[in-house]
Amino acid sequence: MTTHYLVLSALLFAIGGVGVLVRRNAIVVFMCVELMLNACNLAFVTFARQNGNLDGQLIAFFVMIVAAAEVVIGLAIIVTIFRTRRSASVDDASLLKY
Amino acid sequence: MGESITFWVLAVVSVIAALGLVFSRRAVYSALMLGVVMLSLAVLYAVQDAPFLAAVQIIVYTGAVMMLFLFVLMLVGVDSSDSLVETIKGQRFWAVVGGLGFAALLALGIGNAVAGSPKGLAAATEGGGNVSSLAQLIFTRHVFAFEVTSALLITAALGAMVLAHRERAEAKPTQRDLSRQRFAAFGRTGKNPAPLPGPGTYARHNAIDMPALLPDGTIAPLSVNRYIARYEESKGILPPEVAEVLEQEEAARRAAQANGHGGEHGTPTVADEARDAGPDTEPMPEDGTGQDTVVAGRVVRPRGESAATEEDGK
Repeated sequence: MTTHYLVLSALLFAIGGVGVLVRRNAIVVFMCVELMLNACNLAFVTFARQNGNLDGQLIAFFVMIVAAAEVVIGLAIIVTIFRTRRSASVDDASLLKY
Repeated sequence: MGESITFWVLAVVSVIAALGLVFSRRAVYSALMLGVVMLSLAVLYAVQDAPFLAAVQIIVYTGAVMMLFLFVLMLVGVDSSDSLVETIKGQRFWAVVGGLGFAALLALGIGNAVAGSPKGLAAATEGGGNVSSLAQLIFTRHVFAFEVTSALLITAALGAMVLAHRERAEAKPTQRDLSRQRFAAFGRTGKNPAPLPGPGTYARHNAIDMPALLPDGTIAPLSVNRYIARYEESKGILPPEVAEVLEQEEAARRAAQANGHGGEHGTPTVADEARDAGPDTEPMPEDGTGQDTVVAGRVVRPRGESAATEEDGK
């Protein structure tokens, strides 16, 4: 059964990664990053049960905290960029490139 | 047995929802799909002896994070759709190929790394269940990391406030400033400084399409709603007295135009009013839009054209 959970987690992680690469809307890209974090958490919880050790759940808990902080800051940045450029597309925020 | 049924149902649901998250056109649908994935993962946590994490997942992710996402979506604009332009050639195709390869690699690698049945958490949670055991770990061995996360959360809250705060470039106009502006406009163009009269509210009608009446019983031209009048005109249900008022006004406007200057000297008409419309007058796309508008039973041509014909007349 553990293998199933791990494969599911890998699938979700890969789907999230494809989303990050394919989508242009910054908010949707962000949601895909959240999906990848969630997939990691699933793997952590699964390994915790596999190894009979609570540390995996603890790490998943910390990942959730960090993800919440990251969402707050990231969305604030997206709103700020939207205010100056009137666009939430990741293609438009390219000034640092040059 | 129960666990595998739960797993298969939720695995299918969550993978389909994740695909929907990536491929749905609208950002709100993506957000809802993400909510579905998070809820099913919460159930999977609960199945795998992690009730505390399941609760935290629902409270923090589906409660707080999803709300934040939806809020920002509404702020930024729900209809902000994706651009379909590929900035890197073939990026979509290679992203999908890379994703498939990555999934296969991960699934084969990590999926085969585990042998044997899970040990289970019974031994680890001996001292009083999942929550107390986790609390013991958090507040003893990992207490420093826990304290650091509190600093992180405070920093995040402060950072969000700083980033989302907007300084005003100029002072907010006060009532006094706005009043001065209105009277300056009155001195310049004769624009009525008072608010527009409201619609008529009389014994039989209480609606925006009823014009207000002046003391002598005639219709106050300023109170006629142009959009509704135009609509009624097109339907042929414009009341004749309103049509008459509009016609008179149109005639006055033409006369003023023929004199050379608009409402500079004479009494300002509604058209003038609309031209230098302040914030409290609704804009009227009557002039200069290039399309013929129907006012009071006849087609009013755009201004340039009518001026040209009048030039010919002279």
